Amino acid sequence: MINRIVVFGRHGREMIESVGRAGQFLFGALAGVPDPRVGFPLLVRQIYSVGVLSLAIIVVSGLFIGMVLGLQGYTILSDYGSEAAIGQMIALTLVRELGPVVTALLFAGRAGSALTAEIGLMKATEQLSSMEMMGVDPLRRVIAPRFWAGFLSVPVLAAIFSVVGIWGGMLVGVEWLGVFEGSYWGNMQSSVSFTTDVLNGVVKSVVFGFVCTWIAVYQGYDCVPTSAGISSATTKTVVFSSLAVLGLDFVLTAVMFGDF
Amino acid sequence: MSVAKDPYIELRDVVFSRGERRIFDGLSLQIPKGKVTAIMGPSGTGKTTLLRLIGGQLKPEAGTVMVAGESVPDLGRKALYRLREKMGMLFQSGALFTDLSVFENVAFPIRVHTRLPDDMIRDIVLMKLEAVGLRGARDLMPAQLSGGMTRRAALARSIALDPELIMYDEPFAGQDPIAMGVVVKLIRDLNASMGLTSVLVSHDVPESLSICHYACIVSGGRIIGDGTPEELQNHPSDEVQQFLKGRPDGPVPFHFPSVDAAADWGIAGPGQYGDGQ
Amino acid sequence: MAQKTADLTVGLFMVAGVAALLFLALQVSGLTPKSSEDSYTLYAKFNDAGGLTPRAKVSMAGVTIGSIRDITLDRETFQALVAIAVDGSVDNIPADSAAVIRTSGLLGEQYIDVSVGGDMESLADGDTFYTTQSAMNLERLISNFASGQ
Repeated sequence: MINRIVVFGRHGREMIESVGRAGQFLFGALAGVPDPRVGFPLLVRQIYSVGVLSLAIIVVSGLFIGMVLGLQGYTILSDYGSEAAIGQMIALTLVRELGPVVTALLFAGRAGSALTAEIGLMKATEQLSSMEMMGVDPLRRVIAPRFWAGFLSVPVLAAIFSVVGIWGGMLVGVEWLGVFEGSYWGNMQSSVSFTTDVLNGVVKSVVFGFVCTWIAVYQGYDCVPTSAGISSATTKTVVFSSLAVLGLDFVLTAVMFGDF
Repeated sequence: MSVAKDPYIELRDVVFSRGERRIFDGLSLQIPKGKVTAIMGPSGTGKTTLLRLIGGQLKPEAGTVMVAGESVPDLGRKALYRLREKMGMLFQSGALFTDLSVFENVAFPIRVHTRLPDDMIRDIVLMKLEAVGLRGARDLMPAQLSGGMTRRAALARSIALDPELIMYDEPFAGQDPIAMGVVVKLIRDLNASMGLTSVLVSHDVPESLSICHYACIVSGGRIIGDGTPEELQNHPSDEVQQFLKGRPDGPVPFHFPSVDAAADWGIAGPGQYGDGQ
Repeated sequence: MAQKTADLTVGLFMVAGVAALLFLALQVSGLTPKSSEDSYTLYAKFNDAGGLTPRAKVSMAGVTIGSIRDITLDRETFQALVAIAVDGSVDNIPADSAAVIRTSGLLGEQYIDVSVGGDMESLADGDTFYTTQSAMNLERLISNFASGQ
């Protein structure tokens, strides 16, 4: 019994230590002012591979989720004769919750794991070490642009996801099931508020982008530089990011929409 | 080691351990300027760790590491990075940046550390590639290179900034005889033409001894023998002779330390592993 | 060159993000670029504000002309004091108009409907509606009906 508590305590200590190391690592990567002539092209390249290349999965998922919401919402709401509220339901669900959350989950799976694997492989093939020996700090050269790219991409992807989803919902609700288009948009506009709904959604996606990218680059940088180490780091990235997103989503929702 | 007049690198009483395992226990070593020094030893004795200590990627627990008159462990970040501009290191795997072409790989340190115009960078890069015989391969990606070519391209990159010191980590490991011959020739030529201080870490005895001016053999966290190649060949120590001749058994035992064989097979009485399970 | 393509697509990506956000602001949340300085405030006192919430719409003849800014308790009369932001373009609401709390549909949100009066004078910034009609309370209605009053 005592042993179990000891093990539990050790796990706790290790976890806190690793969070501390991750914080130090992030500070090391982001401290200091980068030379924009060097940093900007690096950033652009990373936004391309992290953000632009994730666009396809985001658009397709957003479309389908919007369409599903349209179908499900219609069948439920039509029982009460209020299928006109479908627009409001789809928009609120997407803007407040599904947009930021699903985008972050997809991002962790698509881009986060790739970031971890890439950085881990650079470590395993001594590219990071050789950079250090050339007098170039890999934290600033490799980690910082990747971090900023993820941080900037997630909110953009989340906004695109929500818009595509709302459009997909309209496709099903209006074009297919025959809800009047004016009430689709009208209900939506009267119930979605820019500050409490849209902006809070943006805040969520910013937080998720920060956390997911942080986890991804840290896991890559901290991995054991072997093939087994990289694969376990990639798994950890996806698992930790997903858990962090869902947990933080609850906390943020409670703070933003809870009445206390 | 026969004390060099002008040591470029000096390690004194260096202690370093990784986890529980002590890798260096009071290691002292001098590396003379402008010469090729080989550090040899069995695998797992921390030869690469030694290079990382010199490059400041690791800090010793005790002792001093002096490079070009500066104490490496005490340098701040900026000063350390400035010192590293004077060093080149050839990693075992080459460590070329896989997303850049050969040309861009060699140009990388120049672009980072200087503000030279593009045409000048091009001239320098082509010169370095010419020196390793890869001028024609400048547009290839690292994935398209053979192992030997990768190492040569990496060598061109490590000398791009005309360093004072170059460290080779296992330059011969896993190379075919021709590629090995090429690397031997390159190390010798670079040392002769640029007056580089070269440190060579390897366990390939004949190749290392054929090009180095001095050699020392590391084993068990300390130096067991050093001197010129001729001195080493006639070294009295059994351990040195075992390593140089490659004998399977000797002071370095064939068997990894283990419990008594009889006990392991359960022939003897009380088991070492305790009862139960 | 590859860098140029990357630059271009990343630029487009960022533009798409901003456009998406604008869409969410304008089309989805119905945020009009018109700012609040273009509106004026009227007050209405109700005996029972019911389920009225801030930001609920205020309409006239079914057209939205403003929204509820906030709802407080008037400590002298113990009535609900509702502040209404009315669109600046609707500056000729007759002074004897009535503010009525209505429900959109049977279960929908509550909103204020302004029934137009006939006065020549108009309500100005800071004025209070003279006549109001409180929220219809379904429970009270039923209990009144049941007790025969």
